[in-house]
Amino acid sequence: MEPINKIISRTVVLPLDDVDTDQIIPARFLRTIVRAGLGENLFADWRYDQDGTEIADFVLNKPEASGAEILVAGRNFGCGSSREHAPWALLDYGFRAVISTEIADIFRSNALKNGFLPIVVDSKTHNWLLANPGVKISLDIESSTLILPDGHSASFPLESFSQYCLLNGIDELGFLMDNSAAIDAHEEQAH
Amino acid sequence: MSGRSLFDKVWEQHVVLPENADTPAILYIDLHLIHEVTSPQAFDLLRANGIKVRRPDLTLSTMDHSTPTVPVSTLKELKIVAEPEAFNQIVQMEKNCAEFGLKLRGLGNPERGIVHVIAPELGATQPGKTIVCGDSHTSTHGALGALAFGIGTTEVYHVLATQCLLQRKPKTFSVNLDGQLQPGVTAKDIILGIIGEIGINGGTGHAIEYRGETVKQLSIEERMTICNMAIEGGARTGMFAPDDATYEYLDGRSQAPQGDAWDHALKRWRALPSDDDAQFDKEATLDVSKLRPMVTFGTNPGMVIPIDGTIPSASDKGFSKALDYMQLEAGKPLAGTPVDIVFIGSCTNSRLSDLRAAANVFSGRKVAEGVRALVVPGSAQIKREAEAEGLPEIFKAAGAEWREPGCSMCLAMNGDFVPEGKLSVSTSNRNFEGRQGKGARTILASPLTAAASAINGVVSDPRTFIS
Repeated sequence: MEPINKIISRTVVLPLDDVDTDQIIPARFLRTIVRAGLGENLFADWRYDQDGTEIADFVLNKPEASGAEILVAGRNFGCGSSREHAPWALLDYGFRAVISTEIADIFRSNALKNGFLPIVVDSKTHNWLLANPGVKISLDIESSTLILPDGHSASFPLESFSQYCLLNGIDELGFLMDNSAAIDAHEEQAH
Repeated sequence: MSGRSLFDKVWEQHVVLPENADTPAILYIDLHLIHEVTSPQAFDLLRANGIKVRRPDLTLSTMDHSTPTVPVSTLKELKIVAEPEAFNQIVQMEKNCAEFGLKLRGLGNPERGIVHVIAPELGATQPGKTIVCGDSHTSTHGALGALAFGIGTTEVYHVLATQCLLQRKPKTFSVNLDGQLQPGVTAKDIILGIIGEIGINGGTGHAIEYRGETVKQLSIEERMTICNMAIEGGARTGMFAPDDATYEYLDGRSQAPQGDAWDHALKRWRALPSDDDAQFDKEATLDVSKLRPMVTFGTNPGMVIPIDGTIPSASDKGFSKALDYMQLEAGKPLAGTPVDIVFIGSCTNSRLSDLRAAANVFSGRKVAEGVRALVVPGSAQIKREAEAEGLPEIFKAAGAEWREPGCSMCLAMNGDFVPEGKLSVSTSNRNFEGRQGKGARTILASPLTAAASAINGVVSDPRTFIS
C-alpha cells in the first residue's frame, strides 16, 4: 500500500441514503478471482441500461464527474454485505474517498485496509457538500481534517492505528506477524 | 464494577493483546469459515508472500454462493451447467484448498452446504467460540452463543495467516424480546420487526444480544434466523446466551466435544450468559405477541410492514425511489400484489424447520398458475433429512421445484435469478435493488408467508392457512 497523506480533489455527489454494497458492485460481478477490473461495473445497475449503454442522467456519467476522486454520499453508506469488492471497485474506478454522516462497519473496515478513506463528517458540513457538488476540497490524514474551498475545516474521526497505517503505507498483517509469540502463548493456554 | 455481558466474556477470553489508544486488540479466532467468493484474493496474497495457513484444522471450507442447484457432483458435469466465471471460481477453490492443505466440503461431498448452515449442523459452531467468515451473515452462529461476525477478504488473509484479527471492541446492544408469538408468526417476523423498529443502521458499531422472556420459547433454528439478520440492522453480530436448548442441539454432533470434553465444555458454556447486573450501551424492546407476519415493501429490510398493513408514505427522495423501483404505491395494501416467483431458501430460512413450515402450507395444494416456486435446502444433510420425511414429494406435488443446496436465488450468483421487473416473495435476507437479479423486485417474508403467496399467486397472509 502506498502511503497517503493528503487527497485534494473535486467531489461527485450521490445524494442517496443507505447506498448498499449490492449497488456499489452487484453480486454477479463477484464471480472473479482477482481484484482488478471491478471499476468498470461500479454502480453497474445505476450506470448502464439493459443494453449496457450509459444512463445519461446518472451522476458518474456526467462530464463533470470525470477525474473526481472524492464521492459524497448520503447517510449510512456501504451497508449490506462484507464484500471487499466494494472498496476495490471504488478504487479501481478512480475514487479514493467517500464522505457521509455514517458509514457501515464492515465497509469502513475493508476500505481502510485498501487505502480508501471512509470519511464521516458532521451534518452541517455534509449538507454543505451535498448542496455544492464539484467543489475542490482537501482531506488531510495527519490532522484528520477536511478543508473546504473557503478555508473552513471540519475534523473527522480516524482510528489511530488505521491512520498510522495509511500515513506509512503499512499492511496491518505485519503487526499481527510481529506478535506471533503472543499468539503462540494464547494458543498454548487456551487450547 | 458492573457485571459482564455474554459478549464481554467471549471477547475477553479471546484477547491475545488488549487494545490501547494506538492499536486495536488482537483477537484470536477459533473457527474460520471460507467459501469460493471471498477467499481467492486472500489465497493470492498468501501465495505472493510465501505464507502458509496457520491452522488448517480451524478452517472450515465449502462452496455455496456460485454453485448450481441442479445435481452436479463432478467438475465435468459442472462445466456443462455453470456459467464460465462461476465454474472458474469453483475450480480455483478446489485448487486453493488442495495447495494449502485444507479439507474442502466441495461438490458431491455429503457435508456440503451453505457455510452458515453446515457449521452448526456439524457441531463446529459452539458457545463461546469466536467465528469469522468473509460473509456478513456470519452473525448466524451467534444463535449458539458464539461471537461471530463477517469480515472482508484482507481479513480472511489475516486469519488464514495468523488465526487472529485486529479489532476495536464494539459497543453492546440489548434487544429484549417479550411475550409469546401468535400462530402464523415466526422468527423471521421477529427479526423483520426488530429491524423495522431500530432501523437498518440502528445497530451500527454494536454487538446485539437478544434477551428476554421470549428467548426460551425459541428453537436454535429460530435463533439462527434472528441472528442471521443482525447485520440487516447494521450490527456486526447478534448473540443468544447458550441454554439447555443449545446443549441439546449440540449433543452428539460430529464436531461437538465428546465424553469428558463434553462435560468440561458444558461447565465453561454455563458460565457464559450475561451477569444479572451486566450493562449495555443501548437497549430496545419488542413485544412479540403484538407482531403479525411481516413483509418488506421497499429496497432495504427496514422498509417493512405487517402483512395486513398499508404501504406508508414519506417525502424523502430515497423512499419514493424505492417505491418506484418496487412499482408499489403508498397508502395501498401490499397483500394482494401479484407474485411471479417464490424462493424458499438461503442462510436465513433453509433449515429443516423452515422446509417443514413451508410444506405444511403446500401440502395438498397447488402453486398458482404462472408462479415459479423454488425450494432450496441449506445443506446436503438437510436435503437428506427432508427426503426421509417425504417433504420433496409435497413440494413437487404442489408444483414447486426441489433443488440441490446452495445460496441460489438469495443473491443470484449461480444461475438462479429473478428476471428483470418480476416480483419475488423470498425467505432470504436482502431486498436491495437487483439483489436477486438485475431489476428484480424482492419482498422479504417468512417461509409460511412465502408458501401462502405461492399458493394464492399474490402476496398473502399465511394465517388463513394455519388451522
